[in-house]
Amino acid sequence: MSTPIDDSRQWPLYEVFVRARGGLDHKHVGSLHAADARMAIDHARDLYTRRLEGISIWVVPSKDITASDPAETDSLFEPARDKIYRHPTFYEIPDEVKTL
Amino acid sequence: MSATLDRVDAQALFRYALRLGDLSLVLGQRLGEWVGHAPALEEDLGLANIALDLIGQARLLLTYAGEVEGRGRGEDEIAFLREHGEYLNAILVEQPNGDFGQTIVRQVLIDAFQLELYERMATSTDERLAAIAAKSVKEIRYHLRYSSGWLVRLGDGTEDSHARVQSALETLWPYTVELFAEDELDRTMADHGVAPRLSDVQVAWVRRIDEILAEATLKRPRDRPHSWHGKRGQHSEHLGYILAEMQHLQRTYPGARW
Repeated sequence: MSTPIDDSRQWPLYEVFVRARGGLDHKHVGSLHAADARMAIDHARDLYTRRLEGISIWVVPSKDITASDPAETDSLFEPARDKIYRHPTFYEIPDEVKTL
Repeated sequence: MSATLDRVDAQALFRYALRLGDLSLVLGQRLGEWVGHAPALEEDLGLANIALDLIGQARLLLTYAGEVEGRGRGEDEIAFLREHGEYLNAILVEQPNGDFGQTIVRQVLIDAFQLELYERMATSTDERLAAIAAKSVKEIRYHLRYSSGWLVRLGDGTEDSHARVQSALETLWPYTVELFAEDELDRTMADHGVAPRLSDVQVAWVRRIDEILAEATLKRPRDRPHSWHGKRGQHSEHLGYILAEMQHLQRTYPGARW
């Protein structure tokens, strides 16, 4: 039980993105371990689309994702806080537009 | 009732549906043994998903068998309350899981067989079997994608993984002969257009298997004569253990549902 997990023996981690239906974006749904990209697709299909959640899958090696630095949150995102004029809240959305 | 019944003897069609249904049922039960034991959580789910597909196919086929038989037996009675000698699956599917590689080899051999069989059965003169085949083909294409992907990975992997799957192939190959051994029942079904000719299925199967083996850098073993007839109810000892576990609940609590 107390054996430490040896990361070097684990398969690499992949991030999984699923498109729920035509016209929508792929959304990040989680991650999984797989030896290669094809296996990652198979695993993603079994793990994340078993209840009809999607019609398309992307997988990306987690190591290839470059993330913003949490320490820089203030300088990256704070400056947008007081610029409310950038929000498109002044438009009226026609009823015919369903998936905005 | 489909028009086929007028032409094909109901007892023959019943037995043929059992052959197909039992193949899926026993293999599904075997794969279920991996739950909680697979090499990775993701493979646990992968194998369980395939097992569930197979049991779903078995339900459709055994329900149909019960209707054709006309004695009021439902899928549960047929699946859980028959005796050893009444199961008509080819014995390849009852062979032990062995290591993960051996399970994968068995899976590739069966997936390719079911794919070639059901692709052709989708145009069966028996509407019900045609519909079941058309539905199953979609599932089986994925099964083969999964199993052949693994076979290539293991065969063309390390020295150890290559040796293990080659050895599993030698062990299991002799049992494939039975899949294509045509008897009177197979012939009757083919004559009435209910099922494809097994010789046609075999040609396509060998072609497909050869492609996968080539990619996996594995050698196809030579065919050897084989004397088991699971399709006629003569099984290896393994089926007894499978049934003991599979039937335990229904025999202990008859009629139990969930």
